Amino acid sequence: MSDVGFTPNEMMTIAASRALKSDDVCFVGIGAPSAACNVARLTHAPDITLIYESGTIGTAPDVLPLSIGDGELCETAVTTVAVPEMFRYWLQGGRISIGFLGAAQLDKFGNINTTVVGDYAHPKTRLPGGGGAPEIATSSRQVYITMAQSKRGMVEKIDFFTSFGHGDGGDHRQRLGIDTAGPTLLITDLAIWKPDPVTKEFTVVSLHPGVTRTQVQETCGWVVKFAEALDETPTPTELELKTLRDLQARTKAAHQGTAKGKAA
Amino acid sequence: MVKFLPLKEAVAENLHDGETVAFEGFTHLIPTAAAHEAIRQGFRDLTLIRMTPDLIYDQMIGMGMARKVVFSYVGNPGVGLLRRARDAIENGFPRAVEVEEHSHAGMANAYEAGAAGLPCAVFRGYRGAGLASVNPNIKSVTCPFTGEVLAAVPAIRPDVTFIHAQKADRKGNVLVEGIIGIQKEAVLAAKRAVVTVEEVVDNFDLHPNLTVLPSWTIAAISIVPGGSHPSYTHGYYERDNAAYLEWDEIAADRDRFQVWIQKNVIESSAEDFAGRVEHLRKAA
Repeated sequence: MSDVGFTPNEMMTIAASRALKSDDVCFVGIGAPSAACNVARLTHAPDITLIYESGTIGTAPDVLPLSIGDGELCETAVTTVAVPEMFRYWLQGGRISIGFLGAAQLDKFGNINTTVVGDYAHPKTRLPGGGGAPEIATSSRQVYITMAQSKRGMVEKIDFFTSFGHGDGGDHRQRLGIDTAGPTLLITDLAIWKPDPVTKEFTVVSLHPGVTRTQVQETCGWVVKFAEALDETPTPTELELKTLRDLQARTKAAHQGTAKGKAA
Repeated sequence: MVKFLPLKEAVAENLHDGETVAFEGFTHLIPTAAAHEAIRQGFRDLTLIRMTPDLIYDQMIGMGMARKVVFSYVGNPGVGLLRRARDAIENGFPRAVEVEEHSHAGMANAYEAGAAGLPCAVFRGYRGAGLASVNPNIKSVTCPFTGEVLAAVPAIRPDVTFIHAQKADRKGNVLVEGIIGIQKEAVLAAKRAVVTVEEVVDNFDLHPNLTVLPSWTIAAISIVPGGSHPSYTHGYYERDNAAYLEWDEIAADRDRFQVWIQKNVIESSAEDFAGRVEHLRKAA
């Protein structure tokens, strides 16, 4: 815990949660996006529709799921549909307003790699791959991305295009016939970024409290552009922090609770 | 006609070396007991199809049973990587394995096309995605009505599909509930299907729109309580998230993996699954 009373990761999750609205229909990636989406639901966006790729629509888990298919998601959902229906009717059908993704490797145009480090045929590290992400990135009306900053994660050139952001920038999406907006927001543990309206390069628009431009640059593998009018992200409120911490405490207890010898 | 068989016989009758097999279940209802029986019977040169290979394919790949694996997410859900699969892909250990990689949308559509008796699936996918350039089975077609260029992938048609489900009735009709994933499509796409169930009941007595696979779509049913552990069966027991976390350590080491397989698979049987879920059953 830093002396400001919250960690950079907490700031990231809370800043990401603030971007979501009650009328959003959000396709939730696991990990950081899942935490942010549920904090939003438990604070300012109680009517948000959260959808996980296991087919659970309108879910309201009491603890964060470890996987996208935990039973809690189904038990609290408005409805649970088959996986082909999920991807065909709901995602491809244009019913998702926000696709919320994490990333192993990200470039400045919002292209994401979660497939391999190194060459595809002979990878240095074989990562899990895309899952639902390739189509979430192109069929959701907008894409939000959240990840902690590091030079390994935020790179000039990604090794593999798992999911397409703005490609080489500019109108690359339109040239491929993709009519959705793509990545419109990146929330890291240090800053909030938005794509430049013309080049589509992610530009820092807000620094989290206490964060310097130098820190953002030192943990990013490309030369960072900063907006002229740079904001400071509002500090987490007590309610936001308490909601997030309670959620994480419940989650930790629940996931350890299935260990043998412990109370179920 | 569907047969009720002990799992050992159901697997021996329906799976053979060199075949294309799907053990499906999207996080929920993963047919672990059936996969472990396949490991005990030591099949070779299989083509393994699964959207999310999960622990069962990590184990089968680690035992050298797979010639090829077709998948859309080769991770341990919520935990990280599948380390035996990684070892095979990165280092060819214990044998090199051919990879055919898709997105979830691609595989879901391909299963649905298989169930529908179509040669291929057409959908709006893989736009700008790198997979389209490394997987020759991802192609495109132009819509004859609008001119839109769409993705096309071949239908999935396994020789045999294994799934786990909640229950069968005495006639062999099977009920699947909760996160139904790709169970129905995977069964209907396959030449043969084998289902493990938690229990057999006299009749379902439920409302008419639930997911029921009629008995004549299934070759064999085996009663294996707990048969999806450490995955889960909605209404029976919870997902063993601690086991998924522990697997990350077991699979990280080649020797520890072998010791685990010897104890928990080779020297175990389908009957052992019931005991593994005792602590995960919810108080009624």
